Amino acid sequence: MTVLTTPASAVRLARQGRPIGEHIFRITLLSSLIIALGFLAMLLIYVVQEGWPRLDSTLWESMPSIRRPETAGVQSGIFGTLWIIGLTALMALPTGVLAAVYLEEYADKTKWYNKLIELNISNLAAVPSIVYGILGLGIIARWLDFGFTVMTGAITVSLLVLPIVIISAREAIRAVPPSIREGSLALGATQWQTIYRQVLPSAIPGIATGSILALSRAIGEAAPFLMLGAATLVRFNPEGVWSSFTVLPLQIYSFISQSREEFHILASAAIVVLLAILLLMNSVAIWLRNRFQKRW
Amino acid sequence: MTSGQRRLSAVATAALVVALAAACGGGDSNTGGTDSASQGTETNAAALTGEVKADGSSTVAPLTQAASELFGEEQPQVKVPVGTSGTGGGFEKFCAGETDIQNASRAIKDEEKAACDAKGIKYSELTVATDALTVVVPKENTWATCLTTDQLKKMWEPAAEGKIKTWKDVDPKFPAEELKLYGPGTDSGTFDYFTDAINGEEGASRKDYSPSENDNDIVTGVSGAKGGLGYFGFTYFEENADKLTAVQIDSGNGCVAPSVETAQNGTYAPLSRPLFIYPSAASVKRPEVAAFLDFYVNNIDAIAKDAKYIPLNAEQTAKLKSDLQALKSQAG
Repeated sequence: MTVLTTPASAVRLARQGRPIGEHIFRITLLSSLIIALGFLAMLLIYVVQEGWPRLDSTLWESMPSIRRPETAGVQSGIFGTLWIIGLTALMALPTGVLAAVYLEEYADKTKWYNKLIELNISNLAAVPSIVYGILGLGIIARWLDFGFTVMTGAITVSLLVLPIVIISAREAIRAVPPSIREGSLALGATQWQTIYRQVLPSAIPGIATGSILALSRAIGEAAPFLMLGAATLVRFNPEGVWSSFTVLPLQIYSFISQSREEFHILASAAIVVLLAILLLMNSVAIWLRNRFQKRW
Repeated sequence: MTSGQRRLSAVATAALVVALAAACGGGDSNTGGTDSASQGTETNAAALTGEVKADGSSTVAPLTQAASELFGEEQPQVKVPVGTSGTGGGFEKFCAGETDIQNASRAIKDEEKAACDAKGIKYSELTVATDALTVVVPKENTWATCLTTDQLKKMWEPAAEGKIKTWKDVDPKFPAEELKLYGPGTDSGTFDYFTDAINGEEGASRKDYSPSENDNDIVTGVSGAKGGLGYFGFTYFEENADKLTAVQIDSGNGCVAPSVETAQNGTYAPLSRPLFIYPSAASVKRPEVAAFLDFYVNNIDAIAKDAKYIPLNAEQTAKLKSDLQALKSQAG
């Protein structure tokens, strides 16, 4: 495996040539890294320390309670979050990948409507999540009359992550060398066969990484759910897509604004659970990328 | 199977696992639900099902949430999700017919009445607890043990903006300590009530104070500044009595400290306020909503104490019960 790095001899030479400037630059780079990681470590230590007394199995075994915060859990939030993310994955990933395939493999980029679509996707990716909440409330919950259900939440979040999925899937498809496509076409495969058997499998590591990162973003969202009016105290798990629900970030938000100290500890413990789910998903992304990585 | 297809199917499997995990979650809760249902039918012949949707003020929410929890022990199959969209945001949904019970920390406004009328939503106003809006200063503050409503108005009225900067500006007897004001945001029912009671007009307040939707921020802000002053519901003061002092209020009849008694008998004026729920008349026809409201009203004392609220006095409790009966007979 060849990795492109600066040869050791060149580094030595550079050090001899401009020692002071080089050192300052290295220290600047290193301190930037320490700032980023340091704050993350501080956050983790703080949250774990705060939530430590409540980091036990009651956290996921019991329901939230306003009367007994010391034995309350966040089970309904964990299941609500899993339902939302599961449905979002089912809706946003196929749509996003197919849209990316169209834009990369079929669309004629000189046509004005394709340019318009591309421009709009980039813009949508930058739209604040609360705006999607307003859209979900006005169109999905009220106009389509889906109410404040798991389905409404999942569709709203799917719309929120769709542009990110499309953009990352396009990057992954673009990274597949044209020679692969040309080789396949030259051997007599049709365009769809080329895409299905060559391009998509090669692009999977990138698509998977991008998609899981997009879903991880969706897990942490509270703003669109606040706007959708998902209830904050829900003492039951969703039983289907038409059930009322709550999600972890909303529960954390409502715990933090309670007056009793026990709720603040519970909020910290729930943050640890949320971070654990996020880390789990990110490690799946890394595993998928390494498992399917292909070099040419 | 080519290597490419194997890869695709592996990813499809991964996606399925995620979906299954979610589905299994639902399955578990389903079986749990059925179990408790069968137990419920054995012990209680009138086991109800369905959903009672409550939304509205975050100040009143803990009360309805406590009621929902206690009710769940009797009727485990009835779900009572409680949202916290704020009094104003909650009325918007309530008057669109989207919720059954509206929690409110102030009475319904005229424009909200109009919105409800337009949709044909009939409702009734039930007083479920009392709150004493508490004005707090830090422990270091030794001069402001009692403030008159005029002094509070001088601090908070719109005309004070940019002019009343120190305690000395409020009253020459006070030290020249910088006045740092903290209060709830303008969407809050607490803000509406305080501005109405003190400044004489709902929503009229100076704007150069630190607003926060989270009352714990007000606790932190006031306890950290010697010249700090803020206001919020009585429960937040009770939980933080070690950091803050509650100011006595003089509305012309001498200084009165906020407490359970003074709020109940109404001497803590004008800052003791009723907390409401507004059940929709159409929803009361549904047996699960009627059962929940009956439970709420009949156990109101225990619920209020459990959620650390100031319970109603005997007279108010009797009125609450007759109000609910009136609503039920009106709903038919």
